[in-house]
Amino acid sequence: MAEAYFPVGPGLGMEENFLSLDDILMSQEKLPGRAESALPRLAVLLGQGAGSAESVPEGSKLEIPLWLAKGLHDSKRRIISVELPKIYKEAWRTVFSADANVVDLHKMGPYYYGFGSQLLNFENPENPEIAQTDSVCSLQTFIARFRRIMDSSQNTYNEDTSALVARLDELERALFQVGQKGLNDFQCWEKGQASQITASSLVQNYGKRKLTEVDG
Amino acid sequence: SEAKSGRTDLIFLIRFRHCCLLRNQRCLLAYLYDRLLRIRALRWEYGSVLPNTIQFHMSAEEVEWFNRYKKSLATYMRSVGGEEGLDLTQDIKPPKSLYIEVRCLRDHGEFEIDDGTTILLKKNSQHFLPRWKCEQLIRQGILEHVLS
Repeated sequence: MAEAYFPVGPGLGMEENFLSLDDILMSQEKLPGRAESALPRLAVLLGQGAGSAESVPEGSKLEIPLWLAKGLHDSKRRIISVELPKIYKEAWRTVFSADANVVDLHKMGPYYYGFGSQLLNFENPENPEIAQTDSVCSLQTFIARFRRIMDSSQNTYNEDTSALVARLDELERALFQVGQKGLNDFQCWEKGQASQITASSLVQNYGKRKLTEVDG
Repeated sequence: SEAKSGRTDLIFLIRFRHCCLLRNQRCLLAYLYDRLLRIRALRWEYGSVLPNTIQFHMSAEEVEWFNRYKKSLATYMRSVGGEEGLDLTQDIKPPKSLYIEVRCLRDHGEFEIDDGTTILLKKNSQHFLPRWKCEQLIRQGILEHVLS
């Protein structure tokens, strides 16, 4: 229980943590965009064209990962302009306001909340209120779902939780695991196992994996 | 050379390549940093001597980092808590008694305790031993703490 490995956690809000593995995975998610000018030789890089001299014509639609969108985006929008993925748009917002608990957030992109916060980085000057309502909506979705997450994490002990966890995105899963850990620790203490010295999970994993032996 | 020739349409390509390089750099740095965090955790959870199988998978710089971390930790522990220092890696969970019951999970050979007697640690043998001698072996998975 006294674990010593503390990985770098995801960033909060609009900033990512550079060294956070969660943020790296999250920024790999794709988002739809539009090429604002002809982009020479990009076609072969994105796998769309055959010849190396082909350029992606102006105005064509692209799906690019977030890290690339952040790097190529500037306020004058000379190269790339991005739009909100459909999950963050009007249609889905009505679904969320109807009943937020039903939505399978893992399928919508496992980093719904983190990605949504990152989208605020792209100033879309024509839609400031979408950004506003977007953050409000994410927040309300979160509030609605949080209660159920907290409740289920504190009350399922030693059960198979995969059905519950399948519909949560990564942030919610982290919260769920924290709740479960607290519950498990408490149960351990109640059983009197709190003073039992245990082999750490790192050690147990090394034991299970058959690492190659060194000769000589 | 493309930038020097003044072709502004290729600025995008340069920027794109730069983005990719930064991305690769970020992934590599995060990977190496995560490895260091795990190696640091090993010092606390396993002890100051790492088994050969793990050392085999560490790079030379990581081994050196581990040694330096060990040294920093030891210096710090010596400076805290009076003359002999305080071993922070012991008693991570509050101890209830001086002696504990342990069962051996693997053959480990002979083990000497403070009053000079040696104990043979064979698989499945049980012993009643002082806590401070066994704690590290339990964390390494060689012994198992048995609650009565």
